Amino acid sequence: MIKILKYSFFDLMRSRWSYVYFAFYLSLGFVLLFLNNDVNKAIITLMNIIIVLTPLIGTIFGVMYYYNSKEFTELLLAQPIKRNTIFMGQYLGISISLTLSLILGLGIPFLMYGLFMSTAIFDFSLLLLVGTLLNFIFVALAFNIALSNENRIKGFGYAILMWLFLAVIYDGVFLISLVMFNEYPLDKFALFSSLVNPIDLSRILILLKLDISALLGYTGAVFKKFFGTNLGLIISFLVMLLWILLPVWRIKRKLRRKDF
Amino acid sequence: MIEISNLSKKFGKLTVLDGLDLTIGKKGIFAILGPNGSGKTTLIKSILGMVIPDEGDIRLEGETVMGKWEYRNKINYLPQIANFPANLSVKELIEMVKNLRPKAANDKDLISLFDVAPFLDKKLGNLSGGTKQKVNIILTFMFESDLIILDEPTTGLDPISLIRLKEIIQREKDKGKTILITTHIMSFVEEVADEIVFLLDGNIYFKGSSTALKEQTGQMDLEHAIAKLIAKE
Repeated sequence: MIKILKYSFFDLMRSRWSYVYFAFYLSLGFVLLFLNNDVNKAIITLMNIIIVLTPLIGTIFGVMYYYNSKEFTELLLAQPIKRNTIFMGQYLGISISLTLSLILGLGIPFLMYGLFMSTAIFDFSLLLLVGTLLNFIFVALAFNIALSNENRIKGFGYAILMWLFLAVIYDGVFLISLVMFNEYPLDKFALFSSLVNPIDLSRILILLKLDISALLGYTGAVFKKFFGTNLGLIISFLVMLLWILLPVWRIKRKLRRKDF
Repeated sequence: MIEISNLSKKFGKLTVLDGLDLTIGKKGIFAILGPNGSGKTTLIKSILGMVIPDEGDIRLEGETVMGKWEYRNKINYLPQIANFPANLSVKELIEMVKNLRPKAANDKDLISLFDVAPFLDKKLGNLSGGTKQKVNIILTFMFESDLIILDEPTTGLDPISLIRLKEIIQREKDKGKTILITTHIMSFVEEVADEIVFLLDGNIYFKGSSTALKEQTGQMDLEHAIAKLIAKE
């Protein structure tokens, strides 16, 4: 698996898009720091960008890589390697190279700004950790969609829809249902609905750490009341891991019956 | 020795292989022919474990291959469409495939035979279709395996490379290998194939030499004999 991972990784590392992505985060980091002049504020702005953008990029890269390397995957499938190994290698290759773009792109400007001397280092590391988790989650979801759809246009469509739903529509529906049913006790419902959306979950995870009540919102507040800050952090982190494991498990299951 | 028994595969409602039985016991070159969509590629991919059949069994040297993967080390496969990662160079790709197979490789001779040396450092994304096919052929033939499967090997090749390819196929045959080829070019079949396996509607419709096929259909050349076989249905 390491061999496949290595080649997928180097293939991606040499593609133009990895650099565009890296350059984007690099300039974003610089612009935010020098416009804001405050690491803490920059981190909050970054959070809002990361929790929407990393899922989008992960989804698009995942689907694109799967469809683009289809013929090459067929060549690999004819070699004495297990199916699982090929796809897990590719999955890790994409996720790791995206994560590297994110960490280097944001890390360099923050390091230059003197992150180690500020107290924000933990908040910043958590931000990168959440970005990494989101990368792994959405690349896995994208692989799921691509494996289930032979037609690449359809696959792309579903992948973008999934992102749109989780990043934008979900919150809207959630808010409307809160308003509609505000006469009922909604704590449990709100808690549950924030757990089933990894984007919401990562927002809560970061805001719990930053401890900014004003930004927590209803779900965050319920979350905090219910679990407390530390338990809340651990639980949201564990659920995020589950969000990686379940799609990966489904990829493996799907591969057993898949024709190429 | 390949034994295929009762092999069936459906894609949705479309039945591609319908209880196909085939035994290839001898060494030599076998041309798998048939109209478009007759199940040639599905048959080949089933042998390789890329397509998972609904029913039936495939045995290589007496051992079932279903659900296994190690046996693929004994097969060389040339896929129909050569499309490689655009950002790797030819050299890196060859190294990679060598790296993935626990087997000695002989790529040097093939690289000079097909004049691929000037392209070794070029990215695969910048190569022409014919050059990609040459790389594809090098990747296939650089290992010694008893079973060689070629899916449309002539696609995009110039006349010189085609001659070289025929030489290699002949050489492998002389070494006592079993070679399966699918193609639509009948002159190529007549030149190289020892036996023809004709697929129609997911089953074997004819198996025998090209002379036998011509006699059976009463045609002078193979192209018309095959056309007649297809039209008979």
